[in-house]
Amino acid sequence: MPRTHITTVINGDETEFLTEDSTSLLNALRDDVGLTGAKEGCGTGDCGACSILVDDRVNCACLMFAPEADGTVIVTVEGLADSGELHPLQQCFLEGAALQCGICTPGFLMAAKALLDKNPDPTETEIRYALAGNLCRCTGYDKIIRAVQEAAREMRGQ
Amino acid sequence: MAITEENPGYKWVGTRPIRPDGLEKVTGKARFGADLVLPGMLYGKVVRSPHAHARIVSIDTSAAESMEGVKAVITGADFPDLSANGAHPSDIDVANNAIARDKVLYEGHVVAAVAAITREQAEAAAKAVAVTYEVLPHVLTVDEAMADNAPLLHEAMITKGVDPAPEEPSNIASKILHERGDLDQGFGEADAVVEREFTTKPVHQGYIEPHAAVADANSDGRAHIWCSSQGHFQMRAYTATVLGVSPGTLKVTAAEIGGGFGGKTVIYLEPLAVRLSQRAGRPVKLVMDRDEVFRATGPTSGTRIKVKMGVSKDGKITAAEVWMAYEAGAYAGSPVGAAGMTAIACYDIPNFVVEGYDVVCNKPRVAAYRAPGAPMAAFAVESVLDELARNIEIDPIDIRLANAAVEGTQASYGPKFPRIGFVETLEAIKEHPNYTAELGPNQGRGVAAGFWFNAGMMSSATVHVNENGTATVVTGSPDIGGSRQSMALMAAEELGIPYESIKPVVADTETVGFNDVTGGSRVTLATGAAVVDACRLIVEDLRGRAAKTWDVEVDQVEWVDGQAQHVDGAQPPLSLNDLAAKSGRTGGPISANASLNSRGVGAGFSTQLCDVEVDPETGVTRVVRYLTAQDAGRAISPDYVEGQMQGGVVQGIGWALNEEYIHDTEGVMENPSFLDYRMPVASDLPMIDCAIVEVPNPAHPYGVRGVGEVGIVPPMAAVGNAIHDAVDVRMTELPMSPIKVLEALNENDG
Repeated sequence: MPRTHITTVINGDETEFLTEDSTSLLNALRDDVGLTGAKEGCGTGDCGACSILVDDRVNCACLMFAPEADGTVIVTVEGLADSGELHPLQQCFLEGAALQCGICTPGFLMAAKALLDKNPDPTETEIRYALAGNLCRCTGYDKIIRAVQEAAREMRGQ
Repeated sequence: MAITEENPGYKWVGTRPIRPDGLEKVTGKARFGADLVLPGMLYGKVVRSPHAHARIVSIDTSAAESMEGVKAVITGADFPDLSANGAHPSDIDVANNAIARDKVLYEGHVVAAVAAITREQAEAAAKAVAVTYEVLPHVLTVDEAMADNAPLLHEAMITKGVDPAPEEPSNIASKILHERGDLDQGFGEADAVVEREFTTKPVHQGYIEPHAAVADANSDGRAHIWCSSQGHFQMRAYTATVLGVSPGTLKVTAAEIGGGFGGKTVIYLEPLAVRLSQRAGRPVKLVMDRDEVFRATGPTSGTRIKVKMGVSKDGKITAAEVWMAYEAGAYAGSPVGAAGMTAIACYDIPNFVVEGYDVVCNKPRVAAYRAPGAPMAAFAVESVLDELARNIEIDPIDIRLANAAVEGTQASYGPKFPRIGFVETLEAIKEHPNYTAELGPNQGRGVAAGFWFNAGMMSSATVHVNENGTATVVTGSPDIGGSRQSMALMAAEELGIPYESIKPVVADTETVGFNDVTGGSRVTLATGAAVVDACRLIVEDLRGRAAKTWDVEVDQVEWVDGQAQHVDGAQPPLSLNDLAAKSGRTGGPISANASLNSRGVGAGFSTQLCDVEVDPETGVTRVVRYLTAQDAGRAISPDYVEGQMQGGVVQGIGWALNEEYIHDTEGVMENPSFLDYRMPVASDLPMIDCAIVEVPNPAHPYGVRGVGEVGIVPPMAAVGNAIHDAVDVRMTELPMSPIKVLEALNENDG
């Protein structure tokens, strides 16, 4: 099977890998690049557990073919902290107990980052709609919403 | 809000620090079931039945075996036939559900599995396995399965619990019965009687992580399994049974688990992965697709439930009659037993009959789901109680207070309740501002209550004091929702050292003593009690070492705030750090084990208040305000107690309004995706307000009751009662989807 050579920037590092054309970006990240932070909950774009940023936009990695990543800049949950210093969202998720099992957490963090990058002062309703593509079965969302609100406050310097 | 009967002044218990495993889970480092990769690892794929009920005529694996990259293909014939060995019937069912031998009993039933070098090769090979079926007539619901002359799933199934035993086989696996008093007399004393019939659909636990297992088998018969599981000791036992080997030949490591809610207390992939690894001589990973999770893993039962209840004018329930039939799926074992025990357990009722049937049908075998069996029964009973309260014009909290089980009440299922906190949850709702908050147009308010036993069972813990006075707390209970934090908080309290000095660890089956599953709301209770016991052994040891150091009797030594103190202050205190550093001179390493079979279960109660708004044009129901009050006994870790309460409520809201298995007439599931099986998302919901009630369980060192399950018992009735309050229709079918609400509204108008 012919394989395509892909060049991307992943979490700040230029990264190259070979992939079959039918491989999802999620499988390429997990199996070929070795970044297992993005999770597969459904493989059909319905749960958001594989949310990553591709050129600053939040995407379900399971819905992209790996060759589509060529030339893009990707951020996964592994790249969210800055040299070991947690992103305010990560810190607020920890302090606010916004995770139980933790499988959905990487996706929520990336979707929330995409929201706050665009809208630093979202209402509760805006947060709920921005995260409506991410399923969490443990928390009932309450503490996730509060953690995003708190992170937004901190990032605004309040 | 916490209602606490006493404040014992704990330093760590009841605080909200950051969970010990949090950092790994917000940085992507935590390794879940599908994240493990081993050198030389193969990818597996399972072949599943497209038919709801069929006899397997033949399986031809030759084409698959000859395909590129394929290293192993297995079928039911690769496993021992337990029925020929005289094994226990429930073990035979576990084995036949893992991989079919003669018949497939539901769409998605495993018939074969393959392993290949790449995922794509495995998928292609799975498609090339040729299975010839003789399709049989099927039954999908309790009504079809209990009908005269219904096709049988198990030709030899004789209903248990009926005396004399029936002569003819049927799809009814068993009957349960609880009765007390005289029904006729009770209904005769009633001033109002309501009788209703309810149906509910199978719903899935909906954990976001699909099942996953990696097996690495050695040529000497031993194997190592990594899997996403609520109980790796249980996985070891089941897998050993299916493989026909001794449990000791298997080592099981619990990966981080991405949700379970009961659905990961059973095996699916583990024995297949081991057998494939044995055949291929290489490690094998098996991961389910979401589609497979829906088609082949544990939903909970669809049900039909009839409830008749009577009350006197003063609000006393005089009689209750409950009849229920629960789908078990393909093999006996629906949670109708627990349903029968919980259905009316909140109340002190003098006359009742509760009758239930466990019914097999051609759907996936049901698995435990959060308070298994109780939510459907509560939907029926609490809906009828709501209607009775309206008929005699009494407040919905007051009617529940008038009948509430209290300490000393003979529970409907037998024993007398010790100290319980049901009344306190009712009062917490009544005192909360939500109870009197103003309602808008088309809005309504509903109350419902629920009971769950909580479980104790077996746990083991080991505590090691490290050479710098920190401690490692080792248990075998997979942490599904923050239990490492509870263990660390209790250990910190016992040892008197900072929470941050405790490292809680979930160990594999070879590194710690036996632990039953993470389920039944039992981990903080039972595994926590084992941790407390082990810590107390450590403290005893430390007091002895201090006494030896000071050359005094041990009763002269107290353990206070993490240090040994002489009762008269005759010696400078010795900290845990001091004693740990000198352990080599005072008896060697400081370590203790504790194992127990917990009998100190404390029952859990929850009362919930739901406000909805119903759109009369579309039938769409939206939850606008929600309050849950639950007796935690003691909230060791309030953050994660609230998390359990909120999570249970929201699963219940999904069950109430959206979620259902939809099958076509051939028994094929039509909505096996998160798009079509609609679980609640963030934009569907308001914040979920929590009132943690703390009525300590007298049988636990910290008063823990267990909090994981009871929160899912009341929501369906709370939502249904709120819909009734809003638009005056009584919903008796779940889910209360827009189309059904609209139909009910139109009937009312008609």
